[in-house]
Amino acid sequence: MTQSVAMTINGRRREDHVEPRLLLVHYLREVAGLTGTHIACDTSQCGACTVLIDGEAVKSCSVFTVQANGRQVTTIEGLAEDGVLHPVQQAFWNEHGLQCGFCTPGFIMAAAYLLKQNPSPTDEEIERGLEGNLCRCTGYENIRKAVRSASQAMNGTAAEPSAQLVGSAAAPVED
Amino acid sequence: MAVTTMIGARIQRREDPKLITGHGNFIDDVNLVNMAHMSVVRSPHAHARIRSIDISAALASKGVVAVLTAADFKAVIGGPLPVTNAFVPDKRQVPEQFPIAADEVAYAGEPVAVVVAEDRYLADDAAQLVMVDYEPLPAVMDIEKAMEPGSPLVKSDRSDNIGWDAAFPGGDIDAAFAEADVVLKQRIGQQRVFPTAMETRGCVADYIPYDNRCTLWTSTQVPHFIRLFVGGALGVPESQFRVVSHDVGGGFGAKLRPYPEEYLATAASKLTERPVKWIEDRTESLQATTQGRGQIFDVEVAAKRDGTLLGLKFTQLLDIGAYHGVFSAFQVVACLLGGGCYTWKAINARSIGVFTNRMSTDPYRGAGRPEATHLVERIVDLVALELGMDPAEVRRKNFITSFPHTNNFGLVYDSGEYAKSLDRAMANIDYPALRKRQEELRAKGRYTGIGFSTYVEICGLGPSSATAPAAGIALVESSMVRVHPAGSVTVSVGTHAHGQGHETTFAQIVADTLGVPYDSVEIRHGDTGDTPFGYGTYGSRSLAVGGMAIMASCHKVVEKAKKLAAHAFEASEEDIVVDQGRYSVRGNPGEAKALAELAFASYGAGLPEGMEHGLEAVSYFDPPNFVWPFGCHICAVEVDPETGAVSIDRYVAVDDCGNVINPMVVDGQLHGGIAQGISQALFEEVQYDDETGQMLTGTMLDYLIPTMAEMPHFELDRTVTPSPTNELGVKGIGEAGTIASSIAVINAITDALTPFGIKHVEMPARPDRLWSMIKEARA
Repeated sequence: MTQSVAMTINGRRREDHVEPRLLLVHYLREVAGLTGTHIACDTSQCGACTVLIDGEAVKSCSVFTVQANGRQVTTIEGLAEDGVLHPVQQAFWNEHGLQCGFCTPGFIMAAAYLLKQNPSPTDEEIERGLEGNLCRCTGYENIRKAVRSASQAMNGTAAEPSAQLVGSAAAPVED
Repeated sequence: MAVTTMIGARIQRREDPKLITGHGNFIDDVNLVNMAHMSVVRSPHAHARIRSIDISAALASKGVVAVLTAADFKAVIGGPLPVTNAFVPDKRQVPEQFPIAADEVAYAGEPVAVVVAEDRYLADDAAQLVMVDYEPLPAVMDIEKAMEPGSPLVKSDRSDNIGWDAAFPGGDIDAAFAEADVVLKQRIGQQRVFPTAMETRGCVADYIPYDNRCTLWTSTQVPHFIRLFVGGALGVPESQFRVVSHDVGGGFGAKLRPYPEEYLATAASKLTERPVKWIEDRTESLQATTQGRGQIFDVEVAAKRDGTLLGLKFTQLLDIGAYHGVFSAFQVVACLLGGGCYTWKAINARSIGVFTNRMSTDPYRGAGRPEATHLVERIVDLVALELGMDPAEVRRKNFITSFPHTNNFGLVYDSGEYAKSLDRAMANIDYPALRKRQEELRAKGRYTGIGFSTYVEICGLGPSSATAPAAGIALVESSMVRVHPAGSVTVSVGTHAHGQGHETTFAQIVADTLGVPYDSVEIRHGDTGDTPFGYGTYGSRSLAVGGMAIMASCHKVVEKAKKLAAHAFEASEEDIVVDQGRYSVRGNPGEAKALAELAFASYGAGLPEGMEHGLEAVSYFDPPNFVWPFGCHICAVEVDPETGAVSIDRYVAVDDCGNVINPMVVDGQLHGGIAQGISQALFEEVQYDDETGQMLTGTMLDYLIPTMAEMPHFELDRTVTPSPTNELGVKGIGEAGTIASSIAVINAITDALTPFGIKHVEMPARPDRLWSMIKEARA
């Protein structure tokens, strides 16, 4: 038995018939082909599957696809616009906020949501805002730094504007 | 213009754009046409006999393609899982493990059947319907009880529960103890922990029927190893078996062996004539991916009243699990490094590997070295406390000061300056002010502590001169450097990466060594189809061994380019000068040819007589020695005596990994490494039920991985003592943070609790443990 669902994912409308038990994360990855959203814990601790539903950060492993019926979903693939990285993506790159990169899409989505709610979070507010996301590579040091730096970029207080996605990352930078 | 432009520069990683935009290619992102999905039925018992397996209900379930058990797999898998028994010190018992249990299971989570179905949901549905009739047998969970004569056996194929029992004598221990003013004893534990890569394991096998060809996509640190063993067991020659590992979502040592599921998925693909995908869920991962540590050390130290360390005796009891991990015995290296960065008259170590009804232990970030550092740094603090000396002074008094230094077991430390990193760290944290503050706060009933960890580690595995006598193997590394006609460069290597950023850092090395633009260099790894055989990435070896293999190929390319330049300029080869990739005749730098021009010429007509076309080289590098990073970490904590909670106020680290290729990447490796050590010290512990052998920490709800809120800011600094072992002067940094950090935290906690008469604290130092200790001390 399937149910029909319709939702807008990254600005594009989609209609499908899905089983009621199909998790949103599986729908996004396996039906919509958007594999940037990851699964790492199955029990909603890790946040790797974080997406935005109607602008709000949600763990897509804890939502059935049918619950997203009629909603606007944004995944990591939909965050950069017209080839320009979202400031949070740019900051993760600049500040070495990722290593293996597996938890990264979830962190970026959660951080983008946090900064939308609170454009100038304190370190404590960053920690509270991202406590639903786990990373095993970075010790969180550079993630914290990246969120701070993204906040400055979005508030226009950063030294450097966001760069284009295209182009070389090879210019040596002062350590 | 600087001679070096890329090596040492903070280059942003070229790996990142795809990863931050959701375009990575991790194992679960691999999808093939007509692909079926495998679900593994696992034993719920730690130890049981399998009476029978009824697959009829599962076979009838919706969408099921096949239900397979050991009998089916025995027809296509021609052998057991590999164990590098060469590492097992005395090879006392090296039992075989077939990828799937036939009649007896020896740990909860051991595979007993697999279901292949049209999708993951349907495979999992049917897996619930496989009926296995078990006869439960006693579970052997306690290491010491398992060693007793007459203990129940972990599995019926064993004569007892001892895997190895090996002595490591390092000098006249009785003479050393005879000189002692003080002798102290301490038991020090190393709880089992989960490596917990954020990406679980998984694989996609595509066996082509009638052609005996196979491609296996898998999340691994060692693609060539997987090809060698899985291909070998399935009867597919290496030339026809391709292992591909794209982006790997973390490894930490838990993805450096061929696993049962890689055999089972490949065999299932062969049996069903379908591509087969298997993705481990987190609960499976916690049960069936190798775990780290799981050791107990009984230590005895002899020292003089002035703080001079004399002798160290210890026994390592290592919980192997039900079967040897492929490299579990490597953790015996803790015995050889138990002396740390100090001079000892003698060290006498013994390692006993004990089987229990648990998943295997295997290397986890540091693998034997965190254990060695933890024990020696704990012991040095106990000596300092006993003698009423400052822990920094006991360390300084006993540091090895001249290099190369041959330790008590014949290992040669290549270079070091241990006092320098200690001094730097003490200055960075302002040690005198911290001690003063500690005194002031104690008067107010607040308990702060300062913990030192001065460490040295062995990495860059490994020189065949060292590994061959012990293990009969050579852990060399490989590279192929190919300069294309228009000048861009492809570098293929036998190492792999799972977050380390090799595509960036290796390209930095090649850009400088060949004198070509960084953007013109492409690094390939992870695909056995287009890389030379290599032993993979672990043991902080990829730069010190793999990077040197790259250097060797670059040098060969430069040598040939010089010949091409000499021919082009009608000059003698001896007169060719190379400056940043520009080749000219001595004295005439104005007329120079770039490497790209020479590469173009190498593929064209008019080569020097006898010269082959093309500009490329293949190299294998066998290092002359290990490399020996070192450093000093200092942790400052406060313990709340009413709750037992620990807060980390400062964490200062001064590390020395020799020359640095990319400081941003080095710092990142340290951050993550330190975090894992802190996490072992404070939070993590794999727990099984003592009686039944059931996993109690089977989800991330129960197994505590810290969030950002639990991790302090890391104050990093470094000294640079180039390694004399290799031309780059590099050591390794992937494991250093973990090797140093657990004991810095524990020593700080112990220091904080000294007023209560507490001398030693075990890991994890969770609030309940500390609260109970304080309560008991106050009573």
